[in-house]
Amino acid sequence: MPDSFPPGSAGLVVPEVHRFDSPLELSCGRSLPAFELVVETYGELNAARSNAVLICHALSGHHHAAGFHGSEDARPGWWDHYIGPGKPIDTETFYVVCLNNIGGCHGSTGPRSLNPETGQPWGKHFPPLRVRDWVKSQALLADRLGIEQWAAVVGGSLGGMNAMRWAVEHPERVRHCLVIASAMKLTAQNIAFNEIARRAIRSDPDFRDGDFAEQGVVPRNGLALARMVGHVTYLSDALMGLRFGRELRSGSLQRGFEAPVQFAVESYLHHQGEKFAEDFDANTYILITKMLDYFDFARDYGDDPVRAFSRAQARFLVVAFSSDWRFAPERSREIVRALVAANRDVSHACIESDMGHDAFLLPNSRYEALFRAYMGRVAGTC
Amino acid sequence: MLRVDLAIVQCWVRPGSRVLDLGCGDGTLLEVLRDSRDIEGYGIEIDAEKITQCVGRGINVIEADVDHGLADFPDKSFDTVLMTNSLQVLRRPDRVIAEMLRIGEECVVTFPNFGNIRTRLSLAAGGRMPVTRQLPYQWYDTPNIHFCTVRDFEELCRQQQIRVLDREFVAEQFPDRLIKATWPNLFCATAIYHLAK
Repeated sequence: MPDSFPPGSAGLVVPEVHRFDSPLELSCGRSLPAFELVVETYGELNAARSNAVLICHALSGHHHAAGFHGSEDARPGWWDHYIGPGKPIDTETFYVVCLNNIGGCHGSTGPRSLNPETGQPWGKHFPPLRVRDWVKSQALLADRLGIEQWAAVVGGSLGGMNAMRWAVEHPERVRHCLVIASAMKLTAQNIAFNEIARRAIRSDPDFRDGDFAEQGVVPRNGLALARMVGHVTYLSDALMGLRFGRELRSGSLQRGFEAPVQFAVESYLHHQGEKFAEDFDANTYILITKMLDYFDFARDYGDDPVRAFSRAQARFLVVAFSSDWRFAPERSREIVRALVAANRDVSHACIESDMGHDAFLLPNSRYEALFRAYMGRVAGTC
Repeated sequence: MLRVDLAIVQCWVRPGSRVLDLGCGDGTLLEVLRDSRDIEGYGIEIDAEKITQCVGRGINVIEADVDHGLADFPDKSFDTVLMTNSLQVLRRPDRVIAEMLRIGEECVVTFPNFGNIRTRLSLAAGGRMPVTRQLPYQWYDTPNIHFCTVRDFEELCRQQQIRVLDREFVAEQFPDRLIKATWPNLFCATAIYHLAK
């Protein structure tokens, strides 16, 4: 079967479930009595256990970052452009670990899981999470896999926040930290978009105040609307112009025609919304957008990012994309400024792209060359 | 950059110091300084390919425009700020030098001397903008927009009350090397200045 996968693909990958039976104390003060993580790994851990790379996913991501689950899969994992044999995160060199984080809805313990105390799905009662809780659970996973120190912790967007948090929470466990299209905290505009998405979900009558699962319904409309708003903000005006323009999917704007008009961009957005509503959990969406909103890298360090980064021992690569207006290049420059002031090793590039925030997931020759060059250096330290 | 320039710049950078290299190119100078003087530091570069080259050799490089992107660096946050062979491509070389002196305790600047006899002869005799080995561009495609001579540079230092800690003049060709010290503005090809405020 692997023959049927495209060259450079991680090929057939099989997720594993890791169960942790001791309680996980969360930053909210509550704890999860036990939890499960769904994990994919690509490549082999070397004898020195020095070549492990942790991939941190963003808001809607999960453990399936590369390769295929079966030959009938229409699409590979979400970061397949950059993970695989011969790709920037080269699975022939690195042991790549990607997991679905707690609070997620792709198999790891989250709002869809059963609350052992009630026997019902956690739903809206799932404890609120902070990015540091993800780091904590990921550290337990690293222990389980026998990884003392990551060669690199890599993440885009929320995943970049996750990577930065790793570098200061466990300085000795991170050799390289790649922070892509990310920020030390969200701006008011960003929080505003997240709240619009949350309101869209909550206003769906099928949301049932978060208890939709028990009542056997799904707030599809709310989820779809949340995704549509989000999706528009992850792209750029230029890209949407290029990809859709004013092209019509159906109907006509000529005089004398009454048939309803649908623009290509409308049908695309509806499709994205429906697809998302199929498999994403509404409580997870609310939970994780709040994690994003609450994240403030330097809050616990007297609001001084220089002090926070002074703890880190890792070398950093900070990448921004020119047309990204949700995690704008200026946010990356703020990270770089703090790292330079903290006297940390850092390289920074702002990649020209009209793909908006989503650029970090998409093919781009300069991004790829830079990523490859950096990971080549990481490989040299394994 | 010529080997001889490199050797001189190296001598002026104290071992273990914190260095910022403006227009660091592919990171060669920083790599040499890292290996020979044990410095820590960052390069500033705007060219995408050169940034990737720096990253590939493990040199810290930050994408920024030297003309506009230095405000982020606090006063006296580096021991030495370098700028080799980039002065002439800047929009406002005077302001950048002022910025360098604000950010660094000391600065090292190198630039091609437009007062060199060969450039002068080329313009005087040929009546056309000089195209030399060191300055291989045509007038319309050159990135070099602000040429100066050794004397121009000395004058700028005087006006801005910049202290010249040291100066070295490098000549490429044989006879020039013998007489450059006497007539630097005529025979030096590359001037290297060690500055402080």
